[in-house]
Amino acid sequence: MVRYILKRLLILPVILFILSALIFSLVMFLNPYERLAVFIPNADAVGSSIPFDELVSRYGLDKPFYVQYYEWLQRIVQGNLGWSPSARMPVAEAIARYFPATVELMSLGALIVFIGGIFLGTYSATHHNQFFDQAARLGTSIGVSLPEFIFGLALLVIFYAWLGWFPPGRLSSWAEDVIYLSSFHRYTGMNMLDSILNGRMDVFVDALRHLVLPSIAYSIGMFSTILRLMRSSLLETMQKDYVTTARAKGLPENVVIKKHARRNALLPVVTLAGMIVAKMLGGAVIVETVFNYRGMGMFIVTAAQGLDFSAILGTSLLIGIIIIASNLIVDILYTVLDPTVTLGR
Amino acid sequence: MDTLLRVIKNPLGLIGLILVSFWLIIAIFAPFISPPQNPRNPYAIARIGFSSLPKPPSSKAPFGTTSGGYNILYGIVWGSRTAFRVGLIVVSVSALIGVLIGGIGASSGGIVDEVVMRITDLFMSFPFLIAVIIMSIVLGKGLDKVILALIIFGWRGYARIMRSEVLSVKERAFVSAAESIGASKARIFFRHILPNSIFPIFVLASLDIGTMVLIAASLSFIGVGAEPGYADWGQMINFSRSWLLGTVDNPFQYWYTYTYPSIAILTFILGWTLLGDTLRDVLDPRMRKVK
Repeated sequence: MVRYILKRLLILPVILFILSALIFSLVMFLNPYERLAVFIPNADAVGSSIPFDELVSRYGLDKPFYVQYYEWLQRIVQGNLGWSPSARMPVAEAIARYFPATVELMSLGALIVFIGGIFLGTYSATHHNQFFDQAARLGTSIGVSLPEFIFGLALLVIFYAWLGWFPPGRLSSWAEDVIYLSSFHRYTGMNMLDSILNGRMDVFVDALRHLVLPSIAYSIGMFSTILRLMRSSLLETMQKDYVTTARAKGLPENVVIKKHARRNALLPVVTLAGMIVAKMLGGAVIVETVFNYRGMGMFIVTAAQGLDFSAILGTSLLIGIIIIASNLIVDILYTVLDPTVTLGR
Repeated sequence: MDTLLRVIKNPLGLIGLILVSFWLIIAIFAPFISPPQNPRNPYAIARIGFSSLPKPPSSKAPFGTTSGGYNILYGIVWGSRTAFRVGLIVVSVSALIGVLIGGIGASSGGIVDEVVMRITDLFMSFPFLIAVIIMSIVLGKGLDKVILALIIFGWRGYARIMRSEVLSVKERAFVSAAESIGASKARIFFRHILPNSIFPIFVLASLDIGTMVLIAASLSFIGVGAEPGYADWGQMINFSRSWLLGTVDNPFQYWYTYTYPSIAILTFILGWTLLGDTLRDVLDPRMRKVK
């Protein structure tokens, strides 16, 4: 098992190398002048006075692909991800600032998706064809086909414009002032966690208020998927012989479901978990834009609108690492849940 | 015919079919429902005035106008053509690519299969939406670029399914029979293996049309999709974002700016999802009840 994990970790740089080469070669489709223009504000206004040719050759934008890629890779290894014109700061700094916001959103979303989906799915299956089960089936059918941005906008209209309960953005302006005070330590960059660590419950509540709508908006689809999957998988497992055996032994129903049925029913859910992380990263792009929540997703969007390729390259690499790591965790979870699966042989 | 009959018999399938047919009729008769102002460029949303405030429904614009005087009804009617164009082109081309890649990989086996599947895995692992966003930066703005970007990343699911289908079909007796009478490899693939492994592709395709249209709409929504003023539902929702909050007295003052385009997208996607779900039940022999 340890050897398997080590082996997977050793492949990681190789995959990242291929991924970065792929994305980098995509960027190379843009001609050197286009790539240069991104870094010149108001290029249209001052256009004629800029020595474009000289700048292109000074920054080596006209060198062959592999030379530029090698130079870029060298800088990456040194921790220099380049300058992001759209965020007006180095890419590494922008990621450090925006990524915790997205992690915060994703963790809350994951809580709803996995804990909510698994528990309600179990409840639905154990109360098969009763009222809750029927309601869950109808609700999740709608939930899976609800586009994130339309659902998000509907939530905004109802809970912000009409009721005024949950505002968009990341923090109210007074809380924003608090977190930038020198006495407020930014331990993680995640507002909720930091406010607890600093003992500011008012800031915590404010951060939570801003997170409620976006986390609901983007977990609803995946929550519905997990609930449905858990329900059907558990219903199938309950028909298995070993469940009947467990019941025949006289075990309480509670134990039969929790120890014998649910553990096995969880396998398909775990299989889907890796895919869900990828889907959540994509969903963050939409939901953060809808709710004006400044995180990685919005960073990617503004970078895309501004042709800011150094930001795109940096964030893609990070996403690649997250995806690979989450797939590794899924594989390890598999062995924990299902003893018949052995890794690495 | 038999398949169609089974779809109609299923209430959810019937609803899906009705929704999709409804939008198909709107798309076909678009020039009659909303005659274009400029016949040479019908996809530019017709404008009624240039007011910066949205205008409520009136006889001139039955669904109202957004800021800039864009006629909402016009955008929705011609947007249905955009939706069908995106959905049908993306899904048919990426299904074709996926079928060929997956099919060739599986039927040749060995190192070819291994390489093809590793490439598919690489494409599979990256978040689809972000991949398409990156692609659309490189390709530039415009709907045709979005279609291209969606195709470049859209084939992977088809390749996977096709591969697993072909792997099981090629072990069947009729394939070895064809081999034994000396049929060529291409003939075996196109005449024997392909027709017997294509049905799951149809199911995925019908489910995918809604998804692809949704992603194209999302791209327009975040501003990397269609050009401004192009008849596209995602863009119309993007227009309405500034008017979500209404006014202090009436939070629903500008309800028409977001309600109509949202309903259009929702019903279109729901139609294809219901149709695809039913098709899966109908075509999957395990789900079929014995007559």
